[in-house]
Amino acid sequence: MNARPMIDKVVSADEAIALVYDGDLVAVGGSLFSRTPMALIFALVRSGRSGLTLSRSLTCYEAELLMVSGGVDGLVTSWVGLGLQWGVSPVVRMLVEQGRAFHEEWSHLALGLRFKAGAMGVPFLPTATMMGSDLEARSKAARITCPYTGQELLAVPALVPDVALLHVHRADKFGNVQVEGYRHMDVDIARAAKRVVVSAEQIVETSEIVRNASDTMLPHFTVDAVVHQPFGAYPGECYGLYEADMAHLDSYVQGLRSLGPQAGVEHYLRENVTSRATFDDFLQHVGSDRLAALQQQAMEMTT
Amino acid sequence: MTPASPEELRTITISRMLEDHRVVFAGVGAPLVASALARRLHAPHLSVVLEGGIIGVTFRDGSLPVSTNEMRAAFGAPMLTDITDVFLYAQAGFFDYGVLGSAQVDRFGNINSSIIGHHDRPTVRLPGSGGANDIASLCNKLLIVTSHESRRFVEKVDFVTSPGWLGGGTSRGDAGLRQGGPVAVVTELAVFDFHPVSKEMRLCALHEGVTLDEVRTRTGFELITVEDIGQVAPPTNVELQTLRKLTGVDVAQ
Repeated sequence: MNARPMIDKVVSADEAIALVYDGDLVAVGGSLFSRTPMALIFALVRSGRSGLTLSRSLTCYEAELLMVSGGVDGLVTSWVGLGLQWGVSPVVRMLVEQGRAFHEEWSHLALGLRFKAGAMGVPFLPTATMMGSDLEARSKAARITCPYTGQELLAVPALVPDVALLHVHRADKFGNVQVEGYRHMDVDIARAAKRVVVSAEQIVETSEIVRNASDTMLPHFTVDAVVHQPFGAYPGECYGLYEADMAHLDSYVQGLRSLGPQAGVEHYLRENVTSRATFDDFLQHVGSDRLAALQQQAMEMTT
Repeated sequence: MTPASPEELRTITISRMLEDHRVVFAGVGAPLVASALARRLHAPHLSVVLEGGIIGVTFRDGSLPVSTNEMRAAFGAPMLTDITDVFLYAQAGFFDYGVLGSAQVDRFGNINSSIIGHHDRPTVRLPGSGGANDIASLCNKLLIVTSHESRRFVEKVDFVTSPGWLGGGTSRGDAGLRQGGPVAVVTELAVFDFHPVSKEMRLCALHEGVTLDEVRTRTGFELITVEDIGQVAPPTNVELQTLRKLTGVDVAQ
């Protein structure tokens, strides 16, 4: 992997999405409804890119948007659903059961180690997980024998995304990146990826990064583009800053149930994504009172 | 107080199996609620770990997490790390128990949460493993909690997402899994363990008011039992009250 230069990398979401090409393997940071880079996902939907493969640990609504809009043909994931309260993903069910999309499944650890191998610059990592299951039988993972102990292990192949999309708490203009709370698989995803786009709640001076240097998750030389986007994970959560908007997500799910998966997502995209020029326009449509309430909830849950 | 619902009965029964000072890796739903209940009652030093990277989950009444990576789950936890890191603790042997729910379980304790029907053209595409395969592969003891229906309790799962004893006997170890394996299955009808040699699931205790015939009818494979079938102690008022406070169900009911 080449070190990126220490230059001003701040661009708009649409400009950053120019780093995604048709056919790319796109790794998405966060997990489920936590720190999903929604502003970048919305920009990706609007870009009309196609033939993408999407990869992340807990995959949910963001994949449905990209699959119905024609951007994503398949998933490399450990889990896909809407979440405990809503159950399976109707879009993925429909497309996979009809043979219109592929779903390559790994266990969490196996997927995490695939990114980690990519991040470490090695072609595989050994693990004791997934052995003997049908996940192993259906995967391209091979067995190896430890040269020291003779133990048989699974060698999971490195996963090197063409591009990684992350949302974080803060970054400086060079791409030194900080988060608070759980880090999901973000560090390995970014270090494994050929191109890295980060959206940040705040763009700060480097001196502020330095003040809490142990919160720095990625150094500038791993990052290609930085996008300033407050509430960039909405309607998901950003640890300590705002809670997920479960009412917004519930109305999305109810839309899928009443209109069907295809028409439900199309309706949602028209209302929220394609009719809005920018993510800020979408947030304005959501309303500042609603966003303030989510901030209040997050503060109560983390202090 | 209204009697325990089937779900409450399962949760209370599995919570009793979690010992103090141990570490439990729990999935969301019943496994997480059972872990919370154990901490409130007999196991205040039980460490609860979630795959979202949260080590040492504490719980607030009426505010249980619905996912493994959210602020409700992180509240009060002494350590927040990343997903892969949590599983590496499991691989190194730190986690005493894994607790999993299941869409489909077979007589060797293999769990399917991936596919109903044929792999290449599934009838139903389910969410998939998440961390379940890793929990089943790597935790020292696996506890399974599930509702008891013949379509869920099958001779052989359509797809082994999470390994139990695989084909029974020594097959789990032969497949390269050196640690773990299921030790108990808890339903609203009964509690099961696994035969020490054949690794077949066997009924070992019935819940109050349940007959052996009822269990047989709702089990999709030929059931074996231990010699002396026991009786599960019914939920106490304290257990039920504490559970309902946790889940936010009106205690006055």
